[in-house]
Amino acid sequence: MQPFTTLTAIAVPMHEANIDTNQLCPTRFNKVPRGPRFREILFYDARNRPDGTPTEFVLNAAPYDQSGIIVADRNFGCGSSRETAVYALYEFGIRCVIAPSFGDIFSANCAKNGLLTVVLPEAECADIRRQLQDRPGATLHVDLAAQTVTDLEGRAHRFDIHEVRKRCLLQGLDEIDRTKQYSAKIEGFERGYYQSRPWLAARG
Amino acid sequence: MTAHTMFDKIWDAHVIDEEEGEILLYVDRALIHEGSSHAFAALKRRNQSVARPQQVFAFTDHYVPTTGREKGIQGIAVDEIRNMVIAQHENTKLHGIRLFGFDDPAQGILHIVPPEQGITQPGMLICGADSHTATHGAFGSIAFGIGASDMTHVMATQATWQRKPKTLRIVVNGELGFGVAPKDIILAVIAKIGAAGGVGHAIEYAGNTFERMSMEGRMTVCNMSIEAGARCGMIAPDDITYAYMDGRPWAPQKGAEWDAAMALWRTLPSDPGARFDREVTLDAAQIEPMVTWGVNPEMASPVGAAVPDPKTAPDERRRSDWAMALDYMGLKAGTPLQDIAIDRVFIGSCTNSRIEDIRAAAEVAKHGRAKVPAWVVPGSKTVKRQAEAEGLDKILTAAGFEWRDPGCSLCTAINGDQLQPGERCASTSNRNFRNRQGPGGRTHLVSPAMAAAAALKGRFTDVREIIK
Repeated sequence: MQPFTTLTAIAVPMHEANIDTNQLCPTRFNKVPRGPRFREILFYDARNRPDGTPTEFVLNAAPYDQSGIIVADRNFGCGSSRETAVYALYEFGIRCVIAPSFGDIFSANCAKNGLLTVVLPEAECADIRRQLQDRPGATLHVDLAAQTVTDLEGRAHRFDIHEVRKRCLLQGLDEIDRTKQYSAKIEGFERGYYQSRPWLAARG
Repeated sequence: MTAHTMFDKIWDAHVIDEEEGEILLYVDRALIHEGSSHAFAALKRRNQSVARPQQVFAFTDHYVPTTGREKGIQGIAVDEIRNMVIAQHENTKLHGIRLFGFDDPAQGILHIVPPEQGITQPGMLICGADSHTATHGAFGSIAFGIGASDMTHVMATQATWQRKPKTLRIVVNGELGFGVAPKDIILAVIAKIGAAGGVGHAIEYAGNTFERMSMEGRMTVCNMSIEAGARCGMIAPDDITYAYMDGRPWAPQKGAEWDAAMALWRTLPSDPGARFDREVTLDAAQIEPMVTWGVNPEMASPVGAAVPDPKTAPDERRRSDWAMALDYMGLKAGTPLQDIAIDRVFIGSCTNSRIEDIRAAAEVAKHGRAKVPAWVVPGSKTVKRQAEAEGLDKILTAAGFEWRDPGCSLCTAINGDQLQPGERCASTSNRNFRNRQGPGGRTHLVSPAMAAAAALKGRFTDVREIIK
């Protein structure tokens, strides 16, 4: 996994709440193997008319076709567990989403793919979106080690992140390798667990 | 002695280890579908085997066609869709995973089949490659959806790293009104707490309304926990649960096995006085048949209401959300919900495709004839056979409904079943997101009885006026 340390990138404001994973990656693209094709799939139905011609959607034109950060409203990434929503963001070049809240499964999926989700209070998100609205194409600076997002006025917004998620992102750690170190503990757990649940041991 | 919640008891029983507040949990069951191809690709890249293949169960549901099944897998017209079904067959065979596949007599949706087979049991921790895995919490288990990376991890290690969510108890007491279904309860809950109201929480549904409810109804309620943003939803196991489990293929066998299981299961319900981080209460008698009018499940109102005016929204943000929703849905503020004409009806999905749902639809279908195309897609071949044994398929087809083969179908719209742009559908599924049922499609979520009623009238109607 690509480590995430700091990021200075064009940030696109998205004002709507509850942007769901179906919008990020319409379900019919779930069968596409992971890869660069997902760049075109991000927000496909918002970016394309039924005849295939591009719409006025914000990501379709400069400067936001070069976005690396999305600043959104509440409950971003709600809905399905499909990780293709994250593949689409990643292939488009998005490395960080800032919002007041996220779908739980979505933010877990982001962390597993080197994409940082930052939770900031609703008023701060709204304020940053307003700044971006006034200066299209401006960049935000995100520093994971310091846990800050620096806005256009130079104000550093501090955010919370779980220590383990932070370390995994900073170092690009592979989770399966990490868990392999627990193999003996897992097997030990299983012995006790199945002793107290013989009906599961019998059937698997 | 400290009083514990059911969630805490099951969680604690699955803790393998902890790292700075991240918990390594043991997984009893992993549930996957054709879309888990991304997880198998990741296993292959790492040259990784599946740790406990006998604890992984696979289902052919998302991509499977709901007609023309007699032509077999090779009869699936679209190459990409057919290849997903074939790839799943090959991947599960390679790793020794039990597949309820295309031709299996128990084939069906991954949230319908495991309970039918006794694979879902009280006290378990279940991970599914699908957000509606919360369904299985109806048995008193912790069940949640995970993405492809996490599923790869579960298949490789039989464990998962999670942080403990907060607990939210949703208490509903009282008798449900005539014509009001479990679907209406969960839509009313989401309308009350919001689509993000449960984020970061595990929900326990409690109160005598659920104590009287069938397993089918409980599954419908738990199923849509994710639509409230919650990680999972659960209901305490009781005699209704145990009666349902009895005799199912993977359930403990009667005798010593069953007795040992029962001894554990009976300890699971939350202790009296157990503390929850939050609590929400609803009165069952106040709940009416619900219809969604917007583009997320919190945008729902009782059938007697009108499309709300964004000007009356409680805050600025919702004002713009509602206006955008009405624009997409092609609706005018103030229009009575019962004046909205529909083009299609879909009765199915992991929310509402169980035998009771088919019975409810058939009961309404007896009273008329469908005015618009109306599909009934049972959740599994088991449900389909039972419905046919009860003659429900005859009732439905005589009323002009179409009786199809099991799968996710028009809920997730990836098998080719989809709405045309602008088409308006009364649907028993779980998500009314934009483009969910097909690009430009407009989805209104309702109960099976309300969907059947809408089919008979060609518009939304109060089902209580039909069945009386």
